[in-house]
Amino acid sequence: MISVRNVGKAYGAHRVLDGVNLEVAKGEVVCIIGPSGSGKSTLLRCINGLEHYDQGSIAIDGESVRREHKSIHALRSEVGMVFQRFNLFPHRTALQNVMEGPVYVKRLTRGAAREQAIALLEKVGLAAKLDAYPAQLSGGQQQRVAIARALAMQPKAILFDEPTSALDPELVGDVLKVMLTLALEGMTMVVVTHEMGFAAEVARRVLFLDHGRVVEEGTARQILAEPRHERTRDFLQRVLRPV
Amino acid sequence: MQSFLRDAQDFLPILWQGCIVTIELTLCALLLSTLLGFVWALLRLSALRVLSWGAIALITVIRGIPILVQLFYIYFVLPDLGIRLSAFQAGFIGLGIAYSAYQAENFRAGIQAVDPGQIEAAQSLGMRPGMIMRRVILPQAVRVFLPPYGNTMIMMLKDSSIASAITVAELTRGGQLIAASTFKNMTVFTLVALLYLAMSLPLTYLAHRLERAFGRK
Repeated sequence: MISVRNVGKAYGAHRVLDGVNLEVAKGEVVCIIGPSGSGKSTLLRCINGLEHYDQGSIAIDGESVRREHKSIHALRSEVGMVFQRFNLFPHRTALQNVMEGPVYVKRLTRGAAREQAIALLEKVGLAAKLDAYPAQLSGGQQQRVAIARALAMQPKAILFDEPTSALDPELVGDVLKVMLTLALEGMTMVVVTHEMGFAAEVARRVLFLDHGRVVEEGTARQILAEPRHERTRDFLQRVLRPV
Repeated sequence: MQSFLRDAQDFLPILWQGCIVTIELTLCALLLSTLLGFVWALLRLSALRVLSWGAIALITVIRGIPILVQLFYIYFVLPDLGIRLSAFQAGFIGLGIAYSAYQAENFRAGIQAVDPGQIEAAQSLGMRPGMIMRRVILPQAVRVFLPPYGNTMIMMLKDSSIASAITVAELTRGGQLIAASTFKNMTVFTLVALLYLAMSLPLTYLAHRLERAFGRK
């Protein structure tokens, strides 16, 4: 469904992405791990057409994704994105945040969008917070609203950009639980994360990215338990921090 | 004091006419400066260098020339180029253009204060640029530019008196005419000052209300 072929991007001499390949099938959950500055977020942002890439191709269901193309708006509406810093609209309530896309992009009636939004907020455990503004919600609650907002577009896939990195540790679990539910329901997901436990449990495949290259790719078990590459081992050791 | 009140009774109906023109002039100039300012701000923020540099140049020129000189230019010089405007038209267009430069900078500051993550979130929902501006950027930018906008309204009201120099029959001009024919400078200009103050008070209140209405989360 998501097809990334030989994608490259550079800022001057610095190569952010260097010939990245990635195929994600429908219903698959792929986790991307790697040190900061390895190009994980950039890759995700290229898949959603938020960033330009210099070479290679990205396609979703065969349709080319390019920031410069006119079709990009329609493509973005078919792929959800969840950001590290939530990026909820601060001037709208949780309910309004979730209704925004369906009403203004998909042109759903307010009634239908409202009904759907309520159901989605219930699903992420926030039925009691429909009328709360983002500033009145904890980080974990905001991120769950953001997931509901992405789901409201009934996307083919959702891209998660370090969805739990900005959260206090005790709030991470609720967000991961929602993501696990989605994975079990068959949602296609690409997740950039530092949550190795989540990757181990949920991801069908794990990619290790470093210096803009896919260093290693395999099942969660292969990558996390038996990494073949020195750099992967080194990275995992740092992340898991066995003192 | 009694003569003041008597004179005031004579002068006020005339000055009242001036007040109405002042209000009309202020509203027209405010509307024009808001529209133009918004256009300049968008050009200024454009990714196209030609547009943003053009906007910077324009804003710099407008800000660097006294309002009075801009009004003289529009009222006295443009007719030589075949563009004839009434004093009122020249007044509100001149004030509108002069103020558009300040408005542009306010709008730009407001728009730039919006977190870029907001734009990305809107883009990721599939929104197009115009809709992102309307639904996401402006509602948030408004909070930043309303407080200075309130100030601008009050300054505009007062600066509309500059239009008296090109014979617009607004409040200051009315005062000048009465003073010139009656020599009662003290009475006339005290009244004029009080009338400006009286007109600015509702604006001050409105500015305060707007700030509170949009300032809440």
